[in-house]
Amino acid sequence: MKLLIKNGRVIDPATGTDETLDILISEGKIASLNPRIEATEAEVIDASRLVVTPGFIDMHVHLREPGEEHKEDIASAAQAAARGGFTTICAMANTKPPNDNRGVTEYLVSEAKKRAVVNIFPVAAITRGLAGQELTDMADLCEAGAVAFSDDGQPVANSLVLRRALEYARFLGKLIIDHCEDKNLTEDGVMHEGEMAYRLGLKGMPAAAEEIVIARDLILAELTRSRLHLAHLSTKGGLELLRQAKKKGLGVSAEVTPHHLVLTDECLASYNANFKVNPPLRSEEHRRALVEGLKDGTIDVIATDHAPHTEEEKDVELDRAPFGLIGLETAVSIILDRFVQKNIISLERFVQLMATKPAELLGLKNKGRIAVGADADLTLLNLRKEFTVDVNHFASKSRNCPFNGWKLKGMAVMTIVGGKIVYRF
Amino acid sequence: MSPEFSPQFRHYHLLGIEELDAAEIMTILDTAASMAEISEREIKKVPTLRGKTVVNLFFEPSTRTRSSFELAAKRLSADIVNFSLQASSVVKGESLKDTVRNLEAMATDALVVRHSCSGAPHYIASFCRSHVINAGDGSHEHPTQALLDAFTIRQFKKRFKGLKVAIVGDILHSRVARSNLYLLRKLGAEVVLCGPPSLVPSEFSFWGAKIEYKLEEALAGADVIMMLRIQRERQKANFFPSVREYRNLYCLTEARFKLAKKDAIIMHPGPINRGIEIDSGLADSVQSVILKQVANGIAVRMAVLYLLLGGKEREAAD
Repeated sequence: MKLLIKNGRVIDPATGTDETLDILISEGKIASLNPRIEATEAEVIDASRLVVTPGFIDMHVHLREPGEEHKEDIASAAQAAARGGFTTICAMANTKPPNDNRGVTEYLVSEAKKRAVVNIFPVAAITRGLAGQELTDMADLCEAGAVAFSDDGQPVANSLVLRRALEYARFLGKLIIDHCEDKNLTEDGVMHEGEMAYRLGLKGMPAAAEEIVIARDLILAELTRSRLHLAHLSTKGGLELLRQAKKKGLGVSAEVTPHHLVLTDECLASYNANFKVNPPLRSEEHRRALVEGLKDGTIDVIATDHAPHTEEEKDVELDRAPFGLIGLETAVSIILDRFVQKNIISLERFVQLMATKPAELLGLKNKGRIAVGADADLTLLNLRKEFTVDVNHFASKSRNCPFNGWKLKGMAVMTIVGGKIVYRF
Repeated sequence: MSPEFSPQFRHYHLLGIEELDAAEIMTILDTAASMAEISEREIKKVPTLRGKTVVNLFFEPSTRTRSSFELAAKRLSADIVNFSLQASSVVKGESLKDTVRNLEAMATDALVVRHSCSGAPHYIASFCRSHVINAGDGSHEHPTQALLDAFTIRQFKKRFKGLKVAIVGDILHSRVARSNLYLLRKLGAEVVLCGPPSLVPSEFSFWGAKIEYKLEEALAGADVIMMLRIQRERQKANFFPSVREYRNLYCLTEARFKLAKKDAIIMHPGPINRGIEIDSGLADSVQSVILKQVANGIAVRMAVLYLLLGGKEREAAD
């Protein structure tokens, strides 16, 4: 079955496109791209008044499968992704058991083919058991389908281990993604260290804990001349270090989450555990700096760090709740509403952050672009659509979303993966 | 059941001093003054809260505060149940929410909550129907302690404006220090926080505190000296190098006490580490009001229970 998307405003930074075009999709690929396409035997989608972009890619998702399927699984995470406008998600390795061996990687790839409505690419562990000691069989894991490496949830604390990982991964052409946190400085912490934490009597996690590790990582990236990606960057100092490293021409990049761009440590005053996340929601000063980074191009990617937890786990004393919040079904609308609608970033820059750059960093050659021959992964946006976030309508199994009840303008109204409509508003 | 507010007090819960204004604090202190008289009678009981059920919900060990609330409730004729961690279902893995809901199913009117996690009473207040009284949450607040401290200060100093109050010790982890800082600033006193820099973050100056790292400076000209308990576990986490060094720098000794005003009073929320944060002799001296604080605790807690549970609800029941 062919698909013909008519009269959409096609925005694709990869090819420099921003014009009204028709897109013909055939056999999962983009077959034709022209101002006017007539086709018989094609399902026609009227995209006039809609924006058509390359399918969004979330580099940072916790699927919870294998091991914690009561929080999320491959099928539900994929549904949530589709509902949120993502066509591709990357599965972080900290499952139970962790994705540190070919068996788990292959399981994810094969189960995703059977049960997921979006593309799922595994991010394998850097070290066995995420213990930060011995490297995983990286080449083997790549062959099985890993697109990047990360011990996310844990930093690679030993500098020599990270150095070897960076060196080794270079010949594989894969990205090393580090979770930057000095665990000694954050021990027992539950929120950002600052005025709010002192006021609330909660143990803080200083920005320095992230910045110190970012500084070390960037120095190691320079030493090894390898590519390094910083997961969930959240600090002003870390951003400044990244800016300097980029000026030097290092192959470094970073992602930032929607929640770090719009929420601050003030949210913790409610002691509501849905705001407990690692890295913690920072102060307004840090948040503003991140928005600057979003505007000036220092930040490469927006990723959700979608981290599902059950209500029983989150509905407890703040100190006792696990870290993490879900973001797949709100990310697009949050960024559209708070940054694109307000002209803080352009629509083109938004697409770069959500599709172009993630595809480039992960080496997904047929994704992140709208061109003849590319995979027919597309996201259709309605920028005028207003709605209220309601977690009860989420496809995710979990409800730990800090944006419940928010009124937002702009949403993904259709998600197309490999030429198939997987979500329609 | 719709929340009913006492006509004199617009809060449904007492979670912290931060959300009270000076007038509300004075209302509590004035009410406590009339309650204090009850404890001096031969029959120390009035029927004011007859038929009300108060639960002491203590997830952390406490003798003073728990007994104080228990006696306060009893002197107002409320029924009180003690629920402590060891004897509870919590050890069987029950969640805090379930514990509270089960207690509430027994038609409780007020929950007096002590918990090691900051914000636990706020969390409970977010879903329960009873009045919640914070009896100390983590490192956050201990409002009734600050109120009884204020009551005691007023007894001896007759005023708050212009008083110099030095609070000495582990400020970082102290709920007593936070509640007292808020309260004393609202009533116009000058507050000096003192301790090693690792335990006295400069951020406390945002709430109007002066910060001193030298005990001698903090004590100079002080009207009130409030010593806090120093926990030995803090030493293991490297907040200070040794108990010996802490004592050398921050123990309230006779010699140091001379730096304060002649009529300065010494306070301590207890329990005391004699010989570590305060010389034993000073703790028992005439200028020590430590036992007065304990006595006043009952009056202040009676006032809090009365202001939250009395009023309209009682009238409606009559």
